[in-house]
Amino acid sequence: MSDKVKVTIDGISIEVAPGTSILNAARQIGGDIVPPAMCYYSKLEGSGGKCRTCIVKVSKGSEKDPRPMPKLVASCRTTVMDGMEVQNITSPEVIEARSGVVEILLINHPLDCPVCDQAGECDLQNLGYEHGLQKTRYEFERRTFERIDIGDKIQLHMNRCILCYRCVFTADQITNKRVHGILNRGDHSEISTYIQTAVDNDFSGNVIDVCPVGALTDKTFRFRNRVWFTKPVDAHRDCPTCSGKVTLWYKGADVLRVTARKDIYGEVEEFICNTCRFDKKKTEDWVIEHPTHISDASVISSNHYETMKPLPVIQNNPKLQAANKVELEKTSKF
Amino acid sequence: MGRKLLLEHINVPGINTFDVYRQKGGYRAVEKALKMTPDEVVEEVKKSGLRGRGGAGFPTGMKWSFLAKPEGVARYLVCNADESEPGTFKDRFLMTHIPHALIEGMIVSSFALGAKTSYIYVRGEMMPQIRILERAIAEAKNAGFLGKNILGSGYDLELYVQPGGGAYICGEETALLESLEGKRGNPRIKPPFPAIAGLYGCPTVVNNVESIAATVPIINDGGDEYAKIGIGRSTGTKLISASGNLVKPGVYEIELGLSVEEFLYSDEYCGGIANGKRLKATVAGGSSVPVLPANLSLKLANGEPRLMSYESLSEGGFATGTMMGSGGFIAFDEDQCIVRNTWNFSRFYHHESCGQCSPCREGTGWMEKVLHRLEYGHGKMSDIDLLVDVSKKIEGNTICPLGDAAAWPVASAIRHFRDEFEWHVKEPVKALETNYGLANYAEPIKKVEVTS
Ligand code: SF4
Ligand code: FES
Repeated sequence: MSDKVKVTIDGISIEVAPGTSILNAARQIGGDIVPPAMCYYSKLEGSGGKCRTCIVKVSKGSEKDPRPMPKLVASCRTTVMDGMEVQNITSPEVIEARSGVVEILLINHPLDCPVCDQAGECDLQNLGYEHGLQKTRYEFERRTFERIDIGDKIQLHMNRCILCYRCVFTADQITNKRVHGILNRGDHSEISTYIQTAVDNDFSGNVIDVCPVGALTDKTFRFRNRVWFTKPVDAHRDCPTCSGKVTLWYKGADVLRVTARKDIYGEVEEFICNTCRFDKKKTEDWVIEHPTHISDASVISSNHYETMKPLPVIQNNPKLQAANKVELEKTSKF
Repeated sequence: MGRKLLLEHINVPGINTFDVYRQKGGYRAVEKALKMTPDEVVEEVKKSGLRGRGGAGFPTGMKWSFLAKPEGVARYLVCNADESEPGTFKDRFLMTHIPHALIEGMIVSSFALGAKTSYIYVRGEMMPQIRILERAIAEAKNAGFLGKNILGSGYDLELYVQPGGGAYICGEETALLESLEGKRGNPRIKPPFPAIAGLYGCPTVVNNVESIAATVPIINDGGDEYAKIGIGRSTGTKLISASGNLVKPGVYEIELGLSVEEFLYSDEYCGGIANGKRLKATVAGGSSVPVLPANLSLKLANGEPRLMSYESLSEGGFATGTMMGSGGFIAFDEDQCIVRNTWNFSRFYHHESCGQCSPCREGTGWMEKVLHRLEYGHGKMSDIDLLVDVSKKIEGNTICPLGDAAAWPVASAIRHFRDEFEWHVKEPVKALETNYGLANYAEPIKKVEVTS
């Protein structure tokens, strides 16, 4: 008996270690069948299960118990069983439910992408583009909050927050003095640091990197530039507190901002310290390695939203095609 | 007269004190259980067919046998007394008037599960009940039924009462455990289930107040005897808290299998609809179950009478059935507005959503706003389908059952009372002044003339 379990996702089989989640198994396969994840973060223990964008259908529970699971499940928090069969983009039910989740995530989102620093590297923007409908059916006032400064380097813009809890887990993980959490409940929940007490920690800046939307932004970069006009370059330095491995974002000869290196799922490889992030903004502070690889699909490399390729999900689904007609026409012009 | 197991002595003065309760045969079950082995007690409960009284209706004995029993790890029993579903108030009644029934049940159940520390998690608003329970625990301890070496059997048990913060969501078992641990009451993502890793990571059983109290008659009379009461897989008696437009609202103990009609109209129970009006709709098991129009409340789709049992109430699935839920029976007379009532329920769920998972957090608020608009005469025809659609997007896609609970009342109200919703759109001004009345969906049940 091998100690690996076999799982089939959208018809593609793979053997993974027992205890792997469906999402991580799908990431091992890679490509279009990977469910999007807005709250799960492999580096943060306990994360996931909240946003519900990663839902998939389990059409066969396992070899032993082949019954399908009664509901769609969150792939990030469901472990694979031997012989499990999962449907992601091949199931219309999943696509439908996921576009429902996207719609729901967007109803209280301000959609202020034109003035948002995250635009261009925002998970919600990408997701909205892939799955969302063109028009919202929500006709009420969106909930709003005041902007809050968390220390002098980070700004919290609660309006944009999707309550993924990633920053809360980050704060929990970097310090045992809990100063960062959630207040209130339901749709008036808010991320907070109790009366604006700064998250006082060398690694607090990482909450910016884990935030999937533009709710937590770097004040030293605010409104300085759009990400797709900047050129990312991998670099490192000898840092006493962290690994010192970062990405520098250049505009001309200036380093506009420093972030941790992110993988293709938008997760940082290693957390970096605040000194690296906020204070080392000169080329001579760093040893340059090479330009950061950015996927072709990203607007950062294409500089235009219009050339962004519609995902296969849209190409195969007449319903989504109809919903995104205008956008698709633009694409075919290029 | 139906048999009374839990509320048999409810009218005895002083039954809330230890002495009177003991005189009336209380704590016999403890004496009996401590002479048995824990497994035998579990076996009795399994035989009784007792099903969870908190809402889901999962067989209690089965739940107990799932409890992991690793060596050297503490096990816990937690009693869920966070009863806060609109329309349900049976546990509060039991705790107020016969607190010792719960304490006795806790001792028996803890013994069966091998728990040395047990908690009763009481909803924060129930301050008087918390004091009543604490007094009862002190009395029981004085009499040697709690603490070290109970009745010389070598079994130790400490029982604690923990007030909650007053959040509905803490009635969800994993949220309850989080709250009990002193954290924010967010439901946990399952698996692991509490039977494997619950309170402080130890195996834990969470049971409703009534389920725990029901173990007392089960041990006294034997599981087989208990299983004889009731019908089919719904065994025993159940407390129903009846409210709404009834002649005699209140908490009743019924034998499962009683017909809904008898429960509603007989003088032994609710005594009919108040003021001689006619029944329009019922919510059979607390606010989260689907609402049913009068005709379907009393009769199944095939014309047979509907019974108060887990199976019969859910007969017909979501199309024509509802659920036993937590036993909060709400009756609406012909002058009640279903749209307003649905809005009211959805306002509750909007307020109580914990805000963890997006469909429930955002969707409940959305539904509430649309319903509010409909009720206040600003609705559109498309709103009705929008509501159905949003409720579908929530249902089944959430971490805990609160999402489903929020979606079902809305979906079912539209399923059965669509014309009333449409009327609110077509006649916005009239809808503010008068009620839609009975219309066609409710089989007109004979109007009773009030004689006074
Ligand atoms: S369904 Fe609602 S109450 Fe339950 S975990 Fe999700 S947000 Fe919280
Ligand atoms: S990534 Fe799985 S629920 Fe958010």
